[in-house]
Amino acid sequence: MAIRTEPFVINMGPQHPSTHGVFRMRLTLDGEVIIDLEPIFGYLHRGIEKIVEGRPYAQIVPITDRLDYLASMTNNLAYVIAVEKLAGIKVPERAEYLRVIMSELQRLASHLIGVGSFLNDCGAYFTPFMYMYREREKIVDLFEMVCGQRLTYNYMRIGGVSHDVPDEFMAALDKFVKTMPAFIDEYDQLLAGNEILLARTKGVGILPKELAINSSASGPVLRGSGVKWDIRKADPYSVYNHLNFDIPTGTVGDCYDRYRVRMEEMRQSVRIIRQAMEQMPAGAVRADVPRLIRPPVGEAYGHIESPKGELGFYVVSDNSIAPYRLHIRPPTLINLTTLRDMIVGWKVADAVIIFGSIDICLGEVDR
Amino acid sequence: MTGYSAAALPPDWPGGFWVHFGVFTVILLVFILVMAMALIYFERRAQGRFQVRIGPNRTGPFGVLQPIADAIKALTKESITPAKGDKLVYWLAPVVAFVPVCMVFAVIPFQDGALLADLNIGILYVVAVSSVTTVGIFMAGWSSNNKYAVLGAMRSIAMAVSYEIPLGLAILGIVLVAGSLSLNEIVTSQNIPYFLLQPLGLLVFFLAASAEINRAPFDLLEAESEIVAGFHIEYSGMKFALFYLVEYCEALAISAIITTLYLSGWKGPWLPPVLWFLIKVVLVFFVFVWVRSTIPRLRVDQIMGFAWKGLLPLALINLFITGIQVVVWPGGLPWVLIFVNWAIMAVLILLWSRLFRLGGGRVEV
Repeated sequence: MAIRTEPFVINMGPQHPSTHGVFRMRLTLDGEVIIDLEPIFGYLHRGIEKIVEGRPYAQIVPITDRLDYLASMTNNLAYVIAVEKLAGIKVPERAEYLRVIMSELQRLASHLIGVGSFLNDCGAYFTPFMYMYREREKIVDLFEMVCGQRLTYNYMRIGGVSHDVPDEFMAALDKFVKTMPAFIDEYDQLLAGNEILLARTKGVGILPKELAINSSASGPVLRGSGVKWDIRKADPYSVYNHLNFDIPTGTVGDCYDRYRVRMEEMRQSVRIIRQAMEQMPAGAVRADVPRLIRPPVGEAYGHIESPKGELGFYVVSDNSIAPYRLHIRPPTLINLTTLRDMIVGWKVADAVIIFGSIDICLGEVDR
Repeated sequence: MTGYSAAALPPDWPGGFWVHFGVFTVILLVFILVMAMALIYFERRAQGRFQVRIGPNRTGPFGVLQPIADAIKALTKESITPAKGDKLVYWLAPVVAFVPVCMVFAVIPFQDGALLADLNIGILYVVAVSSVTTVGIFMAGWSSNNKYAVLGAMRSIAMAVSYEIPLGLAILGIVLVAGSLSLNEIVTSQNIPYFLLQPLGLLVFFLAASAEINRAPFDLLEAESEIVAGFHIEYSGMKFALFYLVEYCEALAISAIITTLYLSGWKGPWLPPVLWFLIKVVLVFFVFVWVRSTIPRLRVDQIMGFAWKGLLPLALINLFITGIQVVVWPGGLPWVLIFVNWAIMAVLILLWSRLFRLGGGRVEV
């Protein structure tokens, strides 16, 4: 006689230690196996796209900090690039190099948290997480030196950056860049070849190449699936075409590949920062831009490779002091669209890992 | 009174056997609670070190009063019962989980003959009593009326069923070598500590025991990143604190049993036997802490696979080899076998790591 069973619906989130914020997954389980998943988001919706319509262009920069609050620098950068494109503003070269340094430091900081919390989701009880936080703390100290803030930096300005770096910054950055590769090796020594980690992540949550492209995934999620696509190379912004770096890619598109891509990107970021430090010229850090700008009627789309993928700002101007419309293309929301395809068929414990390997930030998903 | 050794009782104790028994039971319970608190402090500090942070250091000198502060906090918290839970079972579950763990200590020798009850089936008693805790955990998960709790409870039953077997088989190896089930006699018979003669047994026992007491990497019934807190998600106040204590008392009990079975218990030069016993217990516990703070967690089906495909065959092979050795050398195993057994273990582990792979596990739906 067969025992009658029925599926078991479980709400993972919005209050759950592994949903990285207020994300909610409605899982339908058969025992431990997930047979259906419905992602529900919007718990952190603040209507940012509407708020900005009533604000002058310059005052929107601090609002972009609140999108992906683990990568505020790159949010600033994407926004100012879009506005500069719209208003046709030329940025001084020193400011461009500072922007590159800051966004690569931000990539390091964001990946440290991303990989750390991913390994924590795998059950490595906080040890890798705390190790990675140690270096993130140093990056945040560097940012504090530059702009006085530790989370919402508000450093980029339309036409440059808010101010030049203080004298002690370059020495501190130099020290950080010299020590960082050894720390990245240390993280790899901690867990990279661990048999349990391999068993938990290899082949788990595969995102096939075609699906990744069709769903317009970007960032480490796309590159983990073996697609060599990086905005820094594909549509170079700032001074990335003067810098040498590689784009690491995965082969299978499983959680392990995404984790490895992030680790390798951290090494590349250190490499980029080192080159940018050598090439950085002296000079002004901010173009002569008025407080209130009135860009000509038109529209512009500025996009960058943020730590989590392609972050784009689409700005429409009606020649007033505030944008007529501003649309944000959040990388993590679009990466999340394939969540169901990745998770169904795996177990509850895998759902957490697969979700963690996408590395989302709810501030950006819900806006 | 069959099974008691009368020699362990002082003949001139005022009030006779039962007063003696009662007094020592109280002493033992106090010892368990104090030791569990000490281990909580030890684990938090050690884990702090592993995780490049400091750990509790504010309450009292070096933070040693932290567990006491935690206990006071737990006692003063409101104890919430889920409205749709099974109240009686919910109330009973922490007790059912806690009592058997304390009972295990009755047969553990702290020094020669210093044990509450020198049962001649001591180790069998340990295995039987300690598995009752699983019932308490299942009761907690079931009565909470919470889906995460039910998942945790389901996992706990599945794990208990799988890991009791290699655990028992590993113990059988020791019993064969020692020729006795009494824990005190197992210690006295260890002229060579059994971790040298039974390395494979120790490995199997250690892994199976970590699973029994839900320590990492087998802590998936309370996996925080997956099912939040698992079976005790709904518990608060002192009921939660009891589950927390169960966890550490179990770790203490298992450390004590490993010490007794494999590390020659209270035996040791210069220092008093009780001190030797405690040092070894803390050392074993340190290994648990070490493993917990370095290794990721296995998935539920991988844990089952590991028990049935990994540990069970290894335990059987160990038992087989031990059996042959005991038959060949009936008067006690010679020390040469140390090298033989370690070599056998090395070969088997290499072989198993080649043959046996975890991973995969997608189900088509």
